[in-house]
Amino acid sequence: MAEEVKVFGVWGSPFSCRVKIALKIKGIEYEYIEEDLQNKSSLLLKYNPVHKKIPVLLHNGKPIVESLLIIEYIDETWKDNPLLPQDPHERAQARFWAKFVDEKCLPSLWKACWAEEVERETAMGEAWKNLELFERELEGKRFFGGEAIGLVDIAAIRIAFWINVAQEAIGVEILNKEKFFILWNWIDELLGCSIIKENLPPREKLSAYYRTRAAAAKGSK
Amino acid sequence: MAKTDVKVLGAWPSPFVMRPRIALNLKSVEYEFLEETFGSKSPLLLQSNPVYKKIPVLIHQDKPICESLIIVQYVDEVWASGPSLLPSDPYDQALARFWAAYIDDKQWFPSVRGIALPQGEEGKAELMVQVFEGLALLEDAFDKCSQGKAFFGGDKIGYVDIALGSFLGWLKATEKMNNVKLLDETKNPNLVGWAERFCSHDAVREVMPETDKLVEFAKMLRARFKAPAS
Repeated sequence: MAEEVKVFGVWGSPFSCRVKIALKIKGIEYEYIEEDLQNKSSLLLKYNPVHKKIPVLLHNGKPIVESLLIIEYIDETWKDNPLLPQDPHERAQARFWAKFVDEKCLPSLWKACWAEEVERETAMGEAWKNLELFERELEGKRFFGGEAIGLVDIAAIRIAFWINVAQEAIGVEILNKEKFFILWNWIDELLGCSIIKENLPPREKLSAYYRTRAAAAKGSK
Repeated sequence: MAKTDVKVLGAWPSPFVMRPRIALNLKSVEYEFLEETFGSKSPLLLQSNPVYKKIPVLIHQDKPICESLIIVQYVDEVWASGPSLLPSDPYDQALARFWAAYIDDKQWFPSVRGIALPQGEEGKAELMVQVFEGLALLEDAFDKCSQGKAFFGGDKIGYVDIALGSFLGWLKATEKMNNVKLLDETKNPNLVGWAERFCSHDAVREVMPETDKLVEFAKMLRARFKAPAS
């Protein structure tokens, strides 16, 4: 029976990117539908009535939402190239760090990116604390998932690409190359994988978006 | 006392701490409950959860696991021979995780808690709206998940039951302190019936704090935060 797999996303969203990467790693063909967040489609509102957000994965007509939950669904449904470890303790660790990326790390990184001069030092300190904690988890591994890309690597694409591009566009250096050389090794490895590269938004387009935002922020002072 | 390699670090008033305890009870796993002193964090807690420094923490064979819902999933996977807490079907699993995340992440419980805090009538009214909206969604979710059975998990208590049910103590305390009815038989008949069944379940009864005790605790907290800084 032919599987029907669709992904509703937005070009610049790291969350829909996560889903695309997970499906690609599993070798699953899917149809991609680009949403306009200013004008959400009736399908999106039907499939995600509670949050009205992308990404949505539609599998044989059934919607799954929330990017990290979608990845777990993908991993449970298609068993090749596992994204989560087998061992329950390692699985718990993977879920913990993926959650950490979204709930603690990224908010502090974004805060540091957009901080006004006055708050920048404090914001940077907080961001660096979180990056140090996170970097430690690599422990000499090629990826957070070990030899292969896993849940935490996919979750942390937000750091590897989005923060990476944003900081350059805005003109700040949160991901300091000397301080976080271990993390940067991982970033280079990750972004060097064709599966990742092919599914990222165009760097220049994303950079232009952040440059515009940065200019607007300066202009409004 | 039997030696056990399972410990839960927590505190009796915390709904998040209830979750791993209910899960372990459902799996009939013996554990040692290490109660944290209110207002201070033990060295064991700081060592076991250096990232968040929060309870609950499950320590199994000297390895810590943090974040209540992650702990519940861990318990489910380790003691797989006991009754399952998550459905086996990937789609139903995703649905269960979705509702648990909704309960935690999307303002629902913070709205409940917010009602108990001192604030103006307008602020309170707004929070009540959020709570009622959430309950309406959850009432509907119960229909879909339970498929006519007693719990979100079907015949037995499952992941969503644990996620939501752990807040029932505080829900009742908030109702009492503010003289409001949040869970109403006319608006939420499914949830009212479910709440009774959940609270009276063997695995839950001993760890669910009494409403009056929670009210006392909330009053103590309020007094503490009102006290002038020394």
